[in-house]
Parts: sequence; structure tokens; C-alpha cells
Amino acid sequence: MPLLEINNLQTHFRTPDGVNRAVDGVSFQVGEGETLAVVGESGCGKSVTANSILRLIPEPPGKIAGSIRFRGVDLLNLSDKEMRRVRGNDISMIFQEPMTSLNPVLTVGRQLGETLRLHQRVSRRQADARAVEMLRLVGIPEAKRRLGEYPHQLSGGMRQRVMIAIALSCRPKLLIADEPTTALDVTIQAQILDLMKDLKSKVGAAIILITHDLGIVAEVAERVMVMYAGRKVEEAPVAKLFRTPRHPYTQGLFGAVPKLGSSLTGNATKLAEIPGVVPSLKQRIPGCVFATRCASATDLCRQSAPALELKAPDHMAACHYAPKEALAA
Amino acid sequence: MKSPLLEVSDLKKHFFVHSGLLGTGAATVYAVDGVSFAIDRAETLALVGESGCGKSTVGRCILRLFEITAGQVVLDGKRIDDLSAGALRPFRRRVQVVFQDPFSSLNPRLRVRDILAEPIRNFRLAKSRAELATRVDRLLDVVRLPRDAAKRWPHEFSGGQRQRIGIARALAAEPDLIVCDEAVSALDVSVKAQIVNLLYDLQQELGLAMLFISHDLAIVEHMTHRVAVMYLGKIVELAPKRALFAGPKHPYTQALLSAVPVPEPGAARERIILKGDVPSPINPPKGCRFHTRCPYAFERCRGEEPALRPTAGDHLAACHLHDLPAAQKPLAAAA
Repeated sequence: MPLLEINNLQTHFRTPDGVNRAVDGVSFQVGEGETLAVVGESGCGKSVTANSILRLIPEPPGKIAGSIRFRGVDLLNLSDKEMRRVRGNDISMIFQEPMTSLNPVLTVGRQLGETLRLHQRVSRRQADARAVEMLRLVGIPEAKRRLGEYPHQLSGGMRQRVMIAIALSCRPKLLIADEPTTALDVTIQAQILDLMKDLKSKVGAAIILITHDLGIVAEVAERVMVMYAGRKVEEAPVAKLFRTPRHPYTQGLFGAVPKLGSSLTGNATKLAEIPGVVPSLKQRIPGCVFATRCASATDLCRQSAPALELKAPDHMAACHYAPKEALAA
Repeated sequence: MKSPLLEVSDLKKHFFVHSGLLGTGAATVYAVDGVSFAIDRAETLALVGESGCGKSTVGRCILRLFEITAGQVVLDGKRIDDLSAGALRPFRRRVQVVFQDPFSSLNPRLRVRDILAEPIRNFRLAKSRAELATRVDRLLDVVRLPRDAAKRWPHEFSGGQRQRIGIARALAAEPDLIVCDEAVSALDVSVKAQIVNLLYDLQQELGLAMLFISHDLAIVEHMTHRVAVMYLGKIVELAPKRALFAGPKHPYTQALLSAVPVPEPGAARERIILKGDVPSPINPPKGCRFHTRCPYAFERCRGEEPALRPTAGDHLAACHLHDLPAAQKPLAAAA
């Protein structure tokens, strides 16, 4: 049994001018200790997917349908109280902006301890000791002194380390990291990515990493799922996806990213463009969601939505025309 | 020898801030602390560095959005940093800017036509209403927007389209130099590629000079002719693009390049991970500003500030390591 199994997840929002289908029928699984990257551009539904798992979607106007099974239990059937026991304990989350996700009027120690005391029923003293241990684990020097400090006294990189410490303090089985390094500078990003890789081997939690940066995906992920306009368009192990992307959107995405060292290898002066813009999610799209921007779209693409199917062993894509390798019977 | 289009020498911009609990203490932020470079006609210079290194401040000083503390800014042979507002006007036309955020940099209460017409009217570039209208149409063509966009409001456009409007507005004044301050950073991957290509084409077609301020090294490598790397208010390395990306000569540039995640799974890379954070520009370290994080720092770095000087041809770096005898150079192995 996979750790997390999501089936036909649909998260819709009611808005004054129609229903916004932010996530529209997405299914995927995460195994124990596995790192899955969810890639896509803004508005593709990757963050809404993450927030749906922890039921952080305000209902109404939002509505989550489908099933989200975590160790066999459908999280959508839990009461609010039961759900609170899952959040921060079995499944925890790191957000993009460490300044706004830490409470500015509480000390670091208080915020770390809160999670521990809430979920693990430890005494204040034990919580403090664990907090110091966690801060050391995430590489914060002078951990004891830092416990008494407030978030504004820390740099961006330090705050993100504190967020990671809080997220890991109850030894979760699943960590959801939503653009954890987007707000950070490259040299600090390198430190945090290094830390996440190191901690993964120590703590052994599965990770869902949400990002738009293909470089980070290549370095951290084992499996990748590409989302576009609320749907999953491709999924494969990281090496396969980068070697042979099968969906035109994924291919376009790879072409649009400039690579470091491009000036040395050749005269790549032009980036591949994906023409046009992401379609509005407020209208029901009968065909393929990418058809309006796809160079090889046909009438078939505009009329019927391609199913997500195996195109090669362990490699799924939702495209009528993506080439299919002979699959072992 | 022809003089460069823009010449910045020993530019300093210090901000005075209140500090302490009651705001009674005074402190100085050394945002830009002695920066010199030049940009030729039709050349793109990139200014790269991490947040707080002073790269945007340099851009704003050149635009005279900030009054500078010391140094000189010379445009086409004429010093412009000490001109009065009136005398500066003709030079304002020649240096335009594209900002990062396409949502806050367009006036929401003006139609696109009026946004683009404003600089044309301001600098009296059109002789008649008809000419004004043709100019607006032409600008929209140049940035590949449909002509009927002129009738619409900024909120009707997506981020990428708005950035096109921002670029058209900068071009409206027929400038010689455009300062792009993180002009593509807020955009999504696929849209970013569109705007990067557009800027690249415009630079080639119109022969514009460009100061491209960015933290994204891969895009910089794609866009630019020369690169200046900034750290804590100083330029630490300045070189032609290929020289810099092929063999960075400053330990900070080396770390910066090695820190960029590369979209190739399983790529074997030697990564230099810098320890700690960037020190505060209120109290920058003595000696070389990078010595607190530099893996190769030695005694001299702590006391004496290295000057930016040639290491090979037009490749400048500010690092004492280049004075060491070859055998002791840790950089040789890394570069």
C-alpha cells in the first residue's frame, strides 16, 4: 500500500463569475520515503493540490472531492478534530515565505515547542530539549540562544531552517514542501536543498516537493509529475522525464529554460517559446487543456481530452499523439 | 577612441537610517560603495548578485531615482549626476527603465494608449495627433501586441503582456539605454522565455544598450555581452560573458555559479556551498567583504581590501588570491 494515494482529486472554487476548476481530476501516489516533485507554472493547481491534502482549503468557497488516502484512511472523511491530529504530526508542510508563515510575536522556541506539546504530550522542559536538538539538526548555530529569539531577528535562510525544524519535529511520514526555496537567494537555496537531502536520509520522510524550477527537480526528486491548467499531463521517474519528455507541454517547458553554460557549448541564442497564455479555468475545457498553445494540436485534441496513459514502462502522459513505446505484455 | 555611452565611476550610495529601540541611534547602510563600469552603445551589461548586494540601487542611481552620495555618472560624455531637474530632462529621455513587477508599474487608470503616449507627449516626439497614433501602433507592433490593445486597460492583460506594455513604454521615449531591473523575474517559465527573446531581439534590432539587473545567472548568460558580479555594494568580478562563465576568477562568482541547480538529473557537479549569510551592509566586514564566507580566505583578506583589476585581458576580479604564486593558488584548480 502506498503511503499516500490520491484519486480523482477535484478542488473547485465558487467565484462570482463561475466555478474555478483549480484542480480537475488529478490522481497520484507517493510511496514511503519517496520524493515526488510536482512541477508547473503559476495557476496550474500544484499548490492547491498540496493544500487539499492537508485540507487547508477554505470551504466554502472551495470544495474538495475525490479521495485522499493516507495509510489507507481517507482524509476527506475525517472530522476537523481528527484532521488536526494529522496536520503537523503525520503530515507537515513547509511554505514558500518563511516570514509570513512564522508567527512574528512568538519566539522560535515557543513555536517549535507548540508543535511538540500539541502532538506528543511532552513537558515544557522536554519540548525545549527537543527544540534545541531540532535546531541543531537543521544546522542553526547557538541553538539554545536562538530559542529565545523572534523571527525578525533571523535571516531568510535561518527562518526557512526553523520552518523545516518545526515541520520535522514530530517525525512526520510525509512532508509537503511548497516552493521552499523560491524566496531565497541561490547560495542560501543551495544550503537549504543540501539540508533537505541530508535530512531525508536521516528522518526518512516522504516528500512532495512543489516547484517551478526544473533544476531543483533534477537535483532532489525521484519521480516527477507535471501539471498544467489543473490536470496532470505527465508523470515519470526523474531521469526518464528529463531524457524523453513525452508531453508537448513538458517539452516546451524544457526548451524555455536557459541552461547555465549555454554560451560555452554553442550558439543557442533563442529560447523556445510556448506561445500564448494558460487558459482560464472558469470555462470547462472539453478537449486537451494544452491544445490552445500546442503546435501539433488537431481537431481531435480540441474535441476530446486525452486520457493519461502509459506511453512507456513507468511513464505516463496525457496526449493523443505522444509516441508509445512497446510495453511489456 | 570613442567614449562609452555610459560611464559610472566610483559610485557610492549610502542610506542613513535610524536604529536602536527609540530610533535615536544613526547608522549608515553602505548599499553601493565604490562601483565603476562602462556600457558601450548597443551593448548589454548584466549586473548580478543576491538580494541586498546593491544591484538595483546602482540602476536607480543611474536613472537618478536616487541622488548619489559620491562618484560620477557620465552619459555620452556629459556628467548627469549633478544636473538640475530641468537640465536633466533631455537625458531622462535617453535612459529608460523596465521594472520587475508588471502589476504595480503600470497606472491602472490609464488605457494602454495613454500609457504609451505619455512619454511621447512629454518629450514632444510627435508633431501631430496622427503621428502620435502611428507611433503608439508601431510600439505595439514592436513588442508583438495586437494594435487593439491600445483601447484596453492594464488589468485586462496577463503578466507577460503587461511586461510587453512596460517595455513598449520604455521604448516610446526612443532611449539609448534601458535599465531592466529584474524585468523577467516575476514571470512564469514559458512567459519568461517569450520576454527574454523579445528583449534580446529588440536589443539586436534597435541597437539599444542595456543594463540588465538580475539574480538569474542562466538568463543573464543568455542575454548579455558582459557581466558584473556584485557582493555587498562592490563589484567583485567584471568580464565578458564567455570568460566569466568558462572560468570565474572570484571565489564568490565560483560559488554562485556552482549553486545554480542544473536541470540534468544525476549530473555530477562539484558544488561549493557557502557557509552563513551575507553580512549586513550597515557594518560590512573589513578587508575583503567576502572573507567571512570565502573558503580560501587568508590573513591578507581580513585586513586589506582587494582592488578590482585585470587578471587576464579584460577579465577583472577583486581578489588577493591572484597575487599568490601559481603553486599556492587554490583558484587555479577551481577555475
